[in-house]
Amino acid sequence: MPRIGVFVCHCGHNIASAVNVEEVVKFASTLPGVVAAEHNLYSCSEEGLSSIRKSIEKNKLDRVVVAACTPRTHEPLFRKICELAGINRYLFEFVNIREHVSWIHAKEPKSATEKAKRLVAMGVAKASLLEPQQEAETSVIPTAVVIGGGVSGLTAAASLVSQGIDTHLFERGDKVGGMLQDIAVIGPEFAEARDLLDTFESELKRNKHAHIHTGSKITAVTGFVGNFEVTYDEKRRTHKLPAGAIIVATGAREFEPKGEYGFGSVPGVVTQLGLEKMLSTGKIPDRVAFIQCVGSRQPGREYCSRICCNASLKNALRILAAKPESTVSILHRDIMSYGTASERLYREASEKGVRFMRYSLDRPARIAQKGKSLVVEVFDETLDEFIDFGTDLVVLASPLVSQPDSRDVGKLLKVPLDKHGFFLEAHVKLRPVEFATDGVFICGSAKWPSSVSECISQGMAAAAKASIPIRRGKVVVEAITAWADPDKCAACGNCVASCPYEAIEIVMTAKGRAAKVNEAQCKGCGTCVAGCPNDAMQQRGFTTRQLSSMIDALVKHALEESS
Amino acid sequence: MTDFNPTILAFCCNWCSYAGADLAGVSRLQMPPNVHVVRVMCSASVKPEYVLKAISQGIDGVLVLGCHIGDCHYMTGNHRTAKRIPVVQKVLKEAGIDEKRLRLDWVSASEGEKFQTVITEFVNDVKKLGPSPMRSVRF
Repeated sequence: MPRIGVFVCHCGHNIASAVNVEEVVKFASTLPGVVAAEHNLYSCSEEGLSSIRKSIEKNKLDRVVVAACTPRTHEPLFRKICELAGINRYLFEFVNIREHVSWIHAKEPKSATEKAKRLVAMGVAKASLLEPQQEAETSVIPTAVVIGGGVSGLTAAASLVSQGIDTHLFERGDKVGGMLQDIAVIGPEFAEARDLLDTFESELKRNKHAHIHTGSKITAVTGFVGNFEVTYDEKRRTHKLPAGAIIVATGAREFEPKGEYGFGSVPGVVTQLGLEKMLSTGKIPDRVAFIQCVGSRQPGREYCSRICCNASLKNALRILAAKPESTVSILHRDIMSYGTASERLYREASEKGVRFMRYSLDRPARIAQKGKSLVVEVFDETLDEFIDFGTDLVVLASPLVSQPDSRDVGKLLKVPLDKHGFFLEAHVKLRPVEFATDGVFICGSAKWPSSVSECISQGMAAAAKASIPIRRGKVVVEAITAWADPDKCAACGNCVASCPYEAIEIVMTAKGRAAKVNEAQCKGCGTCVAGCPNDAMQQRGFTTRQLSSMIDALVKHALEESS
Repeated sequence: MTDFNPTILAFCCNWCSYAGADLAGVSRLQMPPNVHVVRVMCSASVKPEYVLKAISQGIDGVLVLGCHIGDCHYMTGNHRTAKRIPVVQKVLKEAGIDEKRLRLDWVSASEGEKFQTVITEFVNDVKKLGPSPMRSVRF
């Protein structure tokens, strides 16, 4: 009989607010094979992990079940604790009671608790049948791919090539630089954008490991961490490139606020990038009004684009530096000048006479043309009254929005996006700049609107993470490969035909002709298992007995107990 | 049978639909608590026997969710699922069980909202069908 330990996580309030954790623990302790059932405030914290480890040692556990969040982010962590406590890392089973229970049944605590119990019973049933496994290793192609030639992608590529890693950067435009090409000065330090781009370009140009593909388009990506194959079109020809790791740095673009505040029809109403263009040609307006949050923090596009307040502060100060007698007004719904450097800009702008006016979403400003100039009428929330003033230029600080084809990139790499089309990393705190899919990384504004300095630090972070498998030269392959039981195998060849990787062949064994899986080629999809009419094919960690036991557990606890 | 609370089993592939289910959770999308997700690596690894076992033991409905066609992490795994599941539906029908108790659908890692829709729809569909006839004659 196995000795199973069940650890139920509160995840602070995340799980405990909907699921009665103590009740689940009590229930778990009644399940067959369970010798210890405990709960942790945060199972993944230092404290939680060490208490799990202690329990494994104290209770001589040989199977561990953690009921917490998703195996897609936390499984490696708990497997490691099992290993540290002296049991094989594959004697661990994860039960998801956060993403799949508490967060989606937030207002039904009773049903959520019952469902959590059933899921734990299913997990325990599977755990009792788990077997120790050995992991295999595969080699890594020492080449990195960076998609997108903006500041994030350039940083990542420069960082990779400086480590001596062959790096291919793909940019669909005919020049690298991304949005930085349209910006002259970078806030809050007022650095020259051109200098930054020149540094990157010269670094990449003189490094023999750098391969820049402008005017290119990636059309297909296959394979796994360490062994990807990237298909791309360049100069009307299709090429294939083997690579070990891939970094997504496709950036974002400025939202075009068509029709808002007369944008597109009233002359003198421009976006932030429009203003950048004007300023770089030396045209400094006498009177400017910025309107913040145009098209963001409103129904349909609820997020804060984060960079627009700082961009407006930067440009306000640039205007005042070039023409101190200018009048600058900023109409905002909250100034988000996060970070000490940007907060300094805010203070400096106030001191230099920039007028800040707070408006609300339900009473937006109105712009009217009066002769050659514009009149802004706005309800100032602080003064609690309408004010109007003349201006020459209205700058709409519209948010960064995702690239129109970001979903296609997501499909290509099989990585998730949020509802606004920004990419979702595996975990913001535990696995930043990583995707849940191993070997694929993300940085910059493709993830969420980011400032130039954030793009740079994320580009470096993604490069550092991507270089890990490449520098190690090998990756450990999860032991979820298939095997055939020669006693049961009738050598029908169904598995051979169904395997997408041609990893199975029929060979002569001591027990006659039978299927044999080449483990180095097997990717662990389990397609052969479902195709086997004799139950001879099995997948490690997903055997037919293990999955059947989960069905039995569900039947037992959902149908028998309630009826 | 207004208070009928179906018990539903869902097989989700690790790469798309399980991730889609996670995204639904992260996005706090609310849905009925009848569905129990079993993670498998690929929808193509779902043995027809699992479905038949679950249904014959009285589970009211089974969902098989995979990556969209063309997006399978294992290249062509879900092509097999797309062929296999309709056959299982036919078997169920032959046995006198409404084939709507088994549903195959595609949910990508970015489709948290679709996961919510599929779950909600399927629970409602199974509610309309009523308890599985196998509940009383389980074997």
